[in-house]
Amino acid sequence: MLDDIDRRILRLLQEDPARGVPDLADTVGQTTAKVTRRLDRMREDGVILGSHAIINWAALGYAVSVSLRITLDKTVSRAFDDFLEAARQVAEVIEVQTFLGRVDVRLSLIANDLHDYQWIFLEQVLKLQHIADIDSLMTVATVKSDESLPL
Amino acid sequence: MTLDALDQQILRALTANAEQSTTRLAQKLGLSQPATWRRIKRLQEAGIIAGRRLVLDAEKVGFGVTVFVGGKRATKGRVSLEDFERAIGAIPEVQTVDHVLGLYDYRLRVVARDLADFERVLRRRIMTMPGVGDVEANVLLSEERRQGPL
Repeated sequence: MLDDIDRRILRLLQEDPARGVPDLADTVGQTTAKVTRRLDRMREDGVILGSHAIINWAALGYAVSVSLRITLDKTVSRAFDDFLEAARQVAEVIEVQTFLGRVDVRLSLIANDLHDYQWIFLEQVLKLQHIADIDSLMTVATVKSDESLPL
Repeated sequence: MTLDALDQQILRALTANAEQSTTRLAQKLGLSQPATWRRIKRLQEAGIIAGRRLVLDAEKVGFGVTVFVGGKRATKGRVSLEDFERAIGAIPEVQTVDHVLGLYDYRLRVVARDLADFERVLRRRIMTMPGVGDVEANVLLSEERRQGPL
């Protein structure tokens, strides 16, 4: 179980994952040895899974970002497995989520421009098997993007 | 900025694990440590590496559900969409707010302790905003992030 100090450490690390242990220890008023032990424990327990660099695809020239909402044909027993397997082969897919609700799968797709997007959509996405329905939400602006948890 | 094969390998390695030291990364790539460091620095300065994200097991820290919400604005114009989206973004449980074009006007990613907690956030925080219209909520079952076209 996490206590208040663990949660404070996690909050600080969510804000800045590169923050060093001495700095963390100072802020929470503990020794570095104690903070190191807490961090080790949280890693062992699988609370902290690691950290990833965030890529800004727009800076790499991918100006278009689309959220594809897909309903699958559930009369086919392997629809999910087949679809997900094939969707992973599309290089421009950067996120894949499955849901309980009206939508079964969401794909986050990036493209250089609308022309490029149209090609990927027609030639790759629409050729994926078992799609019953598909609609798309094109991102105009990202107002907030912070996957921190409100600990 | 155009990326060469080494830049792409650095990006792939750091998106998989941002905690590895420059020294270890340099060894893997067969580069010198200063050369690797310079490349990382350049990628950061060009805004291609936009930062670092700590990955926690949400369930283990008490956030059992993630819900994607799509919504339409009921009355447009009274409060600007930007103000509305900013106000929604101020709710701590709302992780992402995207202004979108299509079936919905905005898209949210919301975390909550459980479904009852999500209902509380939705009914008391989101649905009480002026101009909020119909929403569709889908509960996340699984998620994977892909490497993308690197």
